[in-house]
Amino acid sequence: MSVTLVPSKGDNSLYPRNKGTPLHIEWFDAIQVNLSASERRAATLVTRRSVKKEYQAAWLVKALQCIDLTTLAGDDTDARVQRLCAKARRPLRDDIVKGLGLADEPPHVGAVCVYPLMVAPAVKALAGSGIPVASVATGFPAGQTPLPQRLAEIRYAVDQGAQEIDIVIHRSQVLTQDWVGLYDEVSAMRQACGEAHMKAILATGDLKTLRNVYKASMVAMMAGADFIKTSTGKEDVNATLPVSLTMARAIRDFGEYSGEKIGFKPAGGIRTAKDALSWLILMKEELGRPWLEPMLFRIGASAMLADIERQLEHFITGRYAALSHHALA
Amino acid sequence: MLNVKQILETMDYGPAPEASGHVTDWLALHGAGFGHFIDGAFTPSRSGKQFEVANPANDLVIARVAQGEAADVDAAVRAARGAFPTWSKLSGHARARHLYAIARLIQKRERFLSVLESMDNGKPIRESRDIDIPLVARHFYHHAGWAELMASEFKGYGPLGVCGQIIPWNFPLLMLAWKIAPALAAGNTIVLKPAEFTPLTALAFAEICREAGLPAGVVNIVCGDGETGAHIVNHTDVDKIAFTGSTEVGRIIRQATAGSGKKLSLELGGKSPFIVFEDADLDGAVEGVVDAIWFNQGQVCCAGSRVLIQEGVAPRFIAKLKHRMEGLRVGDPLDKSIDVGAIVAPVQLQRIRDLVKKGKDEGGTLLQSSGPLPAKGNFYAPSLFVDVEPASTVVQEEIFGPVAVAMTFRTPEEAVQLANHTRYGLAASVWSENINLALDTAARMKAGIVWVNSTNLFDAAAGFGGYKESGFGREGGREGMYEYITPDWLKKLPLLESEPSDHYVLPSDSSEPAGIDRTAKLFVGGKQVRPDSGYSYNVLNSRAKSVGTAGLGNRKDIRNAVEAAVKASSWGGATAHNRAQVLYYVAENLSARADEFALRLRALGHTPKAAAQEVDLSIGRIFYYAAQADKYDGRVHATRSRNVTLAMNEPFGVMGVLCPDEAPLLGFISLVMPAIAMGNRVVVVPSSRHPLSATDFYQVLETSDMPAGVVNIVTGEREELAKTLAEHDDVAAVWYYGTRAGCGRVEKFSAGNLKFTWTNQGGAFDWSNESQGQGEHYLRLSTQVKNIWIPYGE
Repeated sequence: MSVTLVPSKGDNSLYPRNKGTPLHIEWFDAIQVNLSASERRAATLVTRRSVKKEYQAAWLVKALQCIDLTTLAGDDTDARVQRLCAKARRPLRDDIVKGLGLADEPPHVGAVCVYPLMVAPAVKALAGSGIPVASVATGFPAGQTPLPQRLAEIRYAVDQGAQEIDIVIHRSQVLTQDWVGLYDEVSAMRQACGEAHMKAILATGDLKTLRNVYKASMVAMMAGADFIKTSTGKEDVNATLPVSLTMARAIRDFGEYSGEKIGFKPAGGIRTAKDALSWLILMKEELGRPWLEPMLFRIGASAMLADIERQLEHFITGRYAALSHHALA
Repeated sequence: MLNVKQILETMDYGPAPEASGHVTDWLALHGAGFGHFIDGAFTPSRSGKQFEVANPANDLVIARVAQGEAADVDAAVRAARGAFPTWSKLSGHARARHLYAIARLIQKRERFLSVLESMDNGKPIRESRDIDIPLVARHFYHHAGWAELMASEFKGYGPLGVCGQIIPWNFPLLMLAWKIAPALAAGNTIVLKPAEFTPLTALAFAEICREAGLPAGVVNIVCGDGETGAHIVNHTDVDKIAFTGSTEVGRIIRQATAGSGKKLSLELGGKSPFIVFEDADLDGAVEGVVDAIWFNQGQVCCAGSRVLIQEGVAPRFIAKLKHRMEGLRVGDPLDKSIDVGAIVAPVQLQRIRDLVKKGKDEGGTLLQSSGPLPAKGNFYAPSLFVDVEPASTVVQEEIFGPVAVAMTFRTPEEAVQLANHTRYGLAASVWSENINLALDTAARMKAGIVWVNSTNLFDAAAGFGGYKESGFGREGGREGMYEYITPDWLKKLPLLESEPSDHYVLPSDSSEPAGIDRTAKLFVGGKQVRPDSGYSYNVLNSRAKSVGTAGLGNRKDIRNAVEAAVKASSWGGATAHNRAQVLYYVAENLSARADEFALRLRALGHTPKAAAQEVDLSIGRIFYYAAQADKYDGRVHATRSRNVTLAMNEPFGVMGVLCPDEAPLLGFISLVMPAIAMGNRVVVVPSSRHPLSATDFYQVLETSDMPAGVVNIVTGEREELAKTLAEHDDVAAVWYYGTRAGCGRVEKFSAGNLKFTWTNQGGAFDWSNESQGQGEHYLRLSTQVKNIWIPYGE
């Protein structure tokens, strides 16, 4: 696979879009995914690679740039979202940024991800930052809402200024292998997104088998998803490395068939800097260098940022850091 | 060093060196040179000679080690012999405590041993840290358990004595553990020679033995090269040789130990198939290839080096494999982000280069990863040969480097044929999501280890070892323990005296009166046939009078008999119940003719009572093996979670059986019945002196639904026929009962295809004694354990 670097900073309009393809069931019908083999690969991926010192610091900054800083809670308020956006703009303390040698171009997170009603305050808070607002939609997290309402929700969020929409698929269509139904719905959602980028949440914890994960990934990509995303964060099992490995391989295969580069977003349960490195290694090993940029890789997280900050402070000062020394998100 | 900003652009991994300070300190401490570990102390060679040990990643000398010679081996064997009485008489529990202490100390020194292993051998620290050393500790824990359970789990068995163990350089400490742990658990004492390229972890292990308070002399380590190994192999006071290494050296050791009475286990080379069916998880299988042939630089005896791909998915699979190969990082073994380290020594690197050149000269297309190789040190890029045929050198020869060969097949049938079409039989890897296909293929592999949808999984609880020219014996698990123990009754037998074997083919001048003349023929492929020679010889009784004639079989008769036995392969696939039924029927028909068989024995000189008793015991023995046919079954080893490791007792296939002179009927029955009960087909050479009970017996076989070719009987000059059988490459195992000299000859002749041999080592058995003439012992000798690993989960 050829490695072409695409612009990494800021301008959302430069992100590649997935043109999608017709539904090709034959691209995935015979797929086999062996659980034990996938687990072995996932387990050794992260023991085969290690990044230290400057490299580790750089990789953590990269992870930070790929974060979709997220709040998806019933008690979200405008003020809460505003606070999150402030953190998104300036995730690292100035002294750390300076210590890293990045003062001329301070890093910020990949996006802020909120519920549709919170899009407006987020857009306002992020004005001029170049940080896109992502909104979950389509009856998040369960998706058990009639299709017109789900599509309307997308349109609402886009109207409010969301540049990225994280849709949830209707799991029953995967569990009953209704690929035509799934393709049609996701295509309709993609259309409803308009210019906004679409991330398709597969809720892999509900799909259970890796073969289901692979097939759902393929159908979502055929239907035009720009990203495929593991989880809502609300399922019993969220992002795991074996699931992510399976989705990455689907992205690779889809790229071979269609020529499209599709992004990947693990979400849910990713809390530590070490986790972030694991997923970056997975991206680099299975998909290659282009997937180490926010246009093709995002991590749905909130708590992870604080751990990255601490690790970076340790890199600069050589002392272990306290959480309270870093601004709250 | 790049700064953070630059790295954000490149997103390279950068260097991630494992610290080696503690190891270099330790090496500096021993800067004057390491001694052997003999009788609990480090001692220089008697000659004062040393050899240098280099780090293959940079060719720098990191240690000087004593070069063992005859005197050093002698001292080590003496120490081991001296320690044996006390060590072997310790309770199993006491030995378990010692093994447990060693296991704990290995865990406490895990990182030290990992770093040392990588510096000595060149393997990536990821492997020594995550695979080798944890398996070493696991092996000692597991065998602490066997020590504890020796008395209850191996009743009637005891240790062998002094074990000479010679290990290779590819998994230095792990191979040491595989050798030492079971030997110690069983109560043996040890003289071990590590490979000359990689002696350092063995010496670190010696320090651990000392620290653990292992009694002096129980473990002795002598360093040196092949010559040192030869001193161990040829030492007259060694009771067992265990060797892991090349098939070539294994063959030499087989010949050298022939007739010495030394027990032998050989774990030799391989050219193991890696079969990818079209319904496999292709990405999973690609990672399998990585773990199969690009693991430990391909210096793995069980490496899946022949990748066989079903035609329909071959282009896609090869493309994926090429892409994956490109991502492998070759370099400093102590870097944590390295996949492929250094080849162990320049001479090995040259061997790989030579073979690869030959592969290209023969028309193969070589694909190689294009990543950078370090300028210094012994490195070889991960490689894959395509456009090769079964006739290509690189397809047949073990390269022992990171070089896979890929071929395609059309049908499962062809995959099995290609996979088994090799002189080796160590391991196989089978990739398919269809359980029927996967298990069917696993069952049909002629290999000691089969990994389904996985590769190179190891565990102390499962046996490891090969079929065919990959050697014999198992390491690990219950089956591995038997390599270090022997039945107590076998240890103190009187020796058989040699008997003259003259065969008079001319008319006898003195015959016992008889009824209608009976012509004993050979029995081959279910038919009575005349001997190829056209001669018969006189069978004499104890009064030297002729009681009849028997066919004088020759090598062509053996050839025909083996061919018939090869053809009767469906016997091994029949149900155990089916085989039991045939055996019961044999017993029934023998019983119906008991008087006739007793008369025959009386004609040879048996008293009426002894004759009746031998027939009776024979019937009982057939019942015993009929009973065992469906009960001596395999096990499921407790290895990994969500996995079954099936340890299946498989027949060898075609066996040669050379029967004793004494107990003309019972001896024949005692050897033939266990072999066929387990599914083998046999070519039996009865006693030359007393062949007629055996030839009478084919009439029983003919009336008992015994399929043609399962039992073939060739009478004649037994020692001559034994040679033909032992040398025959289509015979998988030979059992020989006879004088010590005869045993030695058979062992020596068997070296050609390294067939498994069992002999009585010249000891005189009492065939009527149930513990000597009958039992599980014989079933174990009739089978080889195949371990099939089946991970599962959806």
